[in-house]
Amino acid sequence: MPDSVVAEEEILRQSFDRVIARQERVEPRDWMPEEYRRTLIRQIAQHAHSEIIGMQPEGNWITRAPSLRRKAILLAKVQDEAGHGLYLYSASETLGVSREELTRLLLSGKQKYSSIFNYPTLTYADVGAIGWLVDGAAICNQVPLCRTSYGPYGRAMIRICKEESFHQRQGYELLMTMMRGTDEQRAMVQDAVDRFWWPSLMMFGPPDTDSPHSAQSMAWGIKRHSNDELRQRFVDMTVPQAQALGVTLPDPALRWNEQRGHYDFGEPDWDEFRAVVSGDGPCNAQRLAHRQRAYDDGAWVREAALAFARREAGDEEGTPDA
Amino acid sequence: MPEIRGEWPLYEVFVRSKRGLNHVHVGSLHAPDDAMALRHARDVYTRRNEGVSIWVVRSSAITASSPDEKEPFFAPSGDKVYRHPTFYDIPRDVPHL
Repeated sequence: MPDSVVAEEEILRQSFDRVIARQERVEPRDWMPEEYRRTLIRQIAQHAHSEIIGMQPEGNWITRAPSLRRKAILLAKVQDEAGHGLYLYSASETLGVSREELTRLLLSGKQKYSSIFNYPTLTYADVGAIGWLVDGAAICNQVPLCRTSYGPYGRAMIRICKEESFHQRQGYELLMTMMRGTDEQRAMVQDAVDRFWWPSLMMFGPPDTDSPHSAQSMAWGIKRHSNDELRQRFVDMTVPQAQALGVTLPDPALRWNEQRGHYDFGEPDWDEFRAVVSGDGPCNAQRLAHRQRAYDDGAWVREAALAFARREAGDEEGTPDA
Repeated sequence: MPEIRGEWPLYEVFVRSKRGLNHVHVGSLHAPDDAMALRHARDVYTRRNEGVSIWVVRSSAITASSPDEKEPFFAPSGDKVYRHPTFYDIPRDVPHL
């Protein structure tokens, strides 16, 4: 590489470093290090895929919602998740990757989505547990991302966080309603909490000591807090909510630590986490097969809409269709 | 003109949140044509009364200034401090100025 090009890149890098140091935002057409771009594409795409795959566990219950009110709420929530996926795909496309490519990477298993969506939803109480715990964990993760260093990502997160609060509250309200019901309903709530508690803690990712990309992501201002910090924040927020609800969190090690001013809690089963992430969770194959089927079944719609647009454009110009 | 195969073209979406305010860029989406872009924009970006008016425009139709530091595109306004009211010293006892 000629010296002038190297010198030019050094100037661009310094300008990028200044933006990061001042906690300003990097915007799409700015120069950025290739690794910063790759990290963002990976993280935003994984986030987008999670929203899209995340429609399935709850979508499972739309036709069997116990009342019209619950059905309308659940429909709105699942529609929001589609919307969140689209905001995030739109943000990742500003980094130069195409939607088609992102879909291909998801369907071929080359890009991941959150491990939590590989667990099944066995009862309607799971809809409540997902809203309360899974969306609660997501909020913990996402609120700091509103200040992430990449502009389009931060703006997408602001929109998402505004909508996510409804998701968590409807879940908690659903569980409260069931807790006021029969013994059987209370048992369903406890069972849902027992199954979703540990996977929710795993949503924050591996422990800091085992999180290879974290340090660089923090230095670049992509992440603002470490996995363990956010996990602790989630536990501290959730324990009083569990007490108010009247459920037990399935962790014998969970207790208030006066000295630290935080709750102590047990270690999630990281072997299970790794197995689920690498494809061996209870529903991985089912989730991807469903997404693939939806993509294939929609192909004729995408093609027909383009064919129609082309014919209309031709008509407007008064030229006969080719 | 779009090809039959391949992706729907990209549109940028601008929403006026209420009367009296400017349209503001909110994000982008893919759509086969202008009419569908408007419908998708309504569904994706205004599910909670966020808008009273939407503009969509093909991303390829936008001309943007270069973010490159080397191009001093905004330099002409940088050294004209006299364009700001604070440039002028006015005695404190002169009212309404």
